Amino acid sequence: MLYSPIPMHIPDGFLSLIVSILCWGVTAGVVGLAISKTNKSLGEKQIPLMGVMAAFIFAAQMINFPVAGGTSGHLLGGALAAIVLGPWAGMLVMTAVIVVQALLFQDGGLLVMGANILNMGLATAAVGYGLYRSTFNQSRTVKLAAAGFAAWLSVMTGALLTALQLWLSGTSDLQIVIPAMLGVHALIGFGEALITVSALAFILQTRPDLLGEGSESARGSRIWVGVGGFIALAVVLFSPLASSDPDGLNRVAMDLGFIDTAQSGAGPLAGYTVPFLASASASKIAAGVIGVLVVGVIVILIGRGIKAGPQS
Amino acid sequence: MPVTHITNQFPQHDCGGDVLAVNDLHFSYPDGHVALNGVSLKLCEGDKVALVGPNGAGKSTLMLHLNGILGGRGEVEVAGMRLMRDNLPAIRAMVGLVFQNPDDQLFSPTVFEDVAFGPLHMGLSEAEVRSRVDAALEAVRMTTYRDRLSHHLSVGEKKRIAIATVLSMKPSLLVLDEPSAGLDPRARRTLINLLRELPITMLVSTHDMKMVQDLFPRTVVMDEGRVVADGPTADILKNEELLTAHGLEKP
Amino acid sequence: MHFDAFDRYHERESFLHHLDPRVKVVIAILFIVSNALLPDGAWDAFLFAWAFVLIANVVSKLGVGYTFKRSIIALPFALVAITVLFSIPGKPVFSLQFLMWNFTVTDMGLLRFVSILIRSWLSVQMAILLVSVTRFPDLIHALEHLRVPAVLTTIIAFLYRYLFVLTDEVFRLLRAREARSAAAAGSRSGGGVAWRARVAGNMAGQLFLRSYERSDRIYNAMVARGYVGHLYTLNPHEMKSSDYYVSALAVALIFITQMLGRF
Repeated sequence: MLYSPIPMHIPDGFLSLIVSILCWGVTAGVVGLAISKTNKSLGEKQIPLMGVMAAFIFAAQMINFPVAGGTSGHLLGGALAAIVLGPWAGMLVMTAVIVVQALLFQDGGLLVMGANILNMGLATAAVGYGLYRSTFNQSRTVKLAAAGFAAWLSVMTGALLTALQLWLSGTSDLQIVIPAMLGVHALIGFGEALITVSALAFILQTRPDLLGEGSESARGSRIWVGVGGFIALAVVLFSPLASSDPDGLNRVAMDLGFIDTAQSGAGPLAGYTVPFLASASASKIAAGVIGVLVVGVIVILIGRGIKAGPQS
Repeated sequence: MPVTHITNQFPQHDCGGDVLAVNDLHFSYPDGHVALNGVSLKLCEGDKVALVGPNGAGKSTLMLHLNGILGGRGEVEVAGMRLMRDNLPAIRAMVGLVFQNPDDQLFSPTVFEDVAFGPLHMGLSEAEVRSRVDAALEAVRMTTYRDRLSHHLSVGEKKRIAIATVLSMKPSLLVLDEPSAGLDPRARRTLINLLRELPITMLVSTHDMKMVQDLFPRTVVMDEGRVVADGPTADILKNEELLTAHGLEKP
Repeated sequence: MHFDAFDRYHERESFLHHLDPRVKVVIAILFIVSNALLPDGAWDAFLFAWAFVLIANVVSKLGVGYTFKRSIIALPFALVAITVLFSIPGKPVFSLQFLMWNFTVTDMGLLRFVSILIRSWLSVQMAILLVSVTRFPDLIHALEHLRVPAVLTTIIAFLYRYLFVLTDEVFRLLRAREARSAAAAGSRSGGGVAWRARVAGNMAGQLFLRSYERSDRIYNAMVARGYVGHLYTLNPHEMKSSDYYVSALAVALIFITQMLGRF
């Protein structure tokens, strides 16, 4: 298999027209902003740089490593792109990657492309960069750990957005799609974190100037810390809430006219619970926060391990 | 600043330098590495000059100065025009610089777009751009490749298209970096024949001493940031002492 | 690595190949939007839309089944829609016992599930047809004409040019990794997952640096040919009268599809 897609590209047909158009609206707005920001702040050198970096992300997604049982981990790249190029340029690069994947390989649809760009390009870059930016003056280890955590959370954010869009389109049941998507991507995100951290460690070792003071990476505004933190918090808080109170969300979605009563999950499965998701929402939010912290600590430990490990 | 004089067994090539005149050029990279240490060089209409020397001698750095991508201390004159900030566009149209790796030189999806890039950015009309693209492709015998995709080409084809991308700007000086590197014997032969036929002044950096012998009447040897020899190729290739001292081999 | 593994474009001398790329992009998008608008169970309309795809296949000289054979790609994603089988109320069709749960498939659920798959499958076929009859650089020109910002189309053009160069580099790196992944008899090669991920990450880092340096050289090559920060392109496409006729015909057919789906 030459080209292994990441299981997050939504094909056409799975999102309703209204959801597709709304996502296109958000994506067009953010990409437009990114274009005007990069036009202002970046020199003429930036066009070939962003172009080649888009090809880099595309090619880097093909670097895989065996995990276990025939599955392999590989990179999505949103967080990495934003960390090395700055948030706006990272977003443009990811947008180009997703456009080409959809057009050239039908990996992701055309009408739903707005949603795919939003999930895999814009949200991942915002979260990834925001969390990394918060550690700008910290030591190398803290930076790498933050980058790993950011990469993991960026994948989770993309997965959550995908799940929500599928649900709003009446394609999936909320109480199944969220735990399923987040569960699968918690593992995928782990691979993302490992590759992102190792790649950054390599860059920090060979060309520290590309990530140091005065680099594109350092030039992003501090506001990104707030943006990234906010999205991260929203993901952490929202996921358990969504899976514990799907009826409430369904009601909201119905009131907003996204789904009709016929699809509101009143069917035979409405009363079922996923075993460990049965408790009250407050305890689940707590569990979510604890889970995120645990992952953060693991990433820090791995970050140290990578730093201390033999340099080949 | 004392001027460092080169010890030259050959008389400095004596022409007015009507195409290119480089005078006492110095350049250091930001990391402090001195790449050019007082280079002087003159090229006249119709000259075909080989630029040889070991890696790190400053050949590529010198070439990047010839159309102002790098700017060191000293003078560069192209066709009697002193290279300065405000005449850069004009100079860049006159000096056609072809980089070593054709994948860097050909950055557009199609051959046409790449060959048209130079003329388009000179501000020429669409009709003029099209006629120049056709003429340039004709000159490198690649007319049928006009609408091909760049990544479908072989290395030899890419090298010829790369030359076309600057020929379309109708330069008065062609500067080539390692044109024969990485080519198989047949593609190399085709390229040498092409260079021989092109009626244009050229400065060619190369390690291919066989090509130097076959193609270039005049050779300039560079080492450690300066010109150490400049004269008829036959004389330079006879001087084994010079060749050995600068890591070169007799063809 | 051979480029054909990436590029789906198939050279043929057909009417569709010569159609203006803008027309092809707009028709493909209209067709996909139309699919999204069709209600569940609009069988006549689905059939009509499929006929549209089949005829386009024939006109393109790619063969009737060309896009059909390549449209399996969206199938794995159908997994996410599987819950609608059980969750939408309706008459039970059959039940499945799985561990402690009892899943009942309803007729309405089945209807919705199948409708989602058909919509997706038709749309994917149209997207495949679009890139099979349009060279990618022409597709980029079409996007330029359709007011996609120049910064973005330029990045996409660079991406297309260099994805072949860089994936070649990736395959060289992967091959080098394989060549060195020796293992003593009886023991597994390499370390744990973290170690393997670090090797992959180092490769990504190496590829990044090479790409970064390449972008510098490309920038030099652009500057040497007069680039000063603004990109100029020629406008290679002009609408012919046949382009207008085809557009009108396609819009009419899509309109009929919608009518069939609604009445």
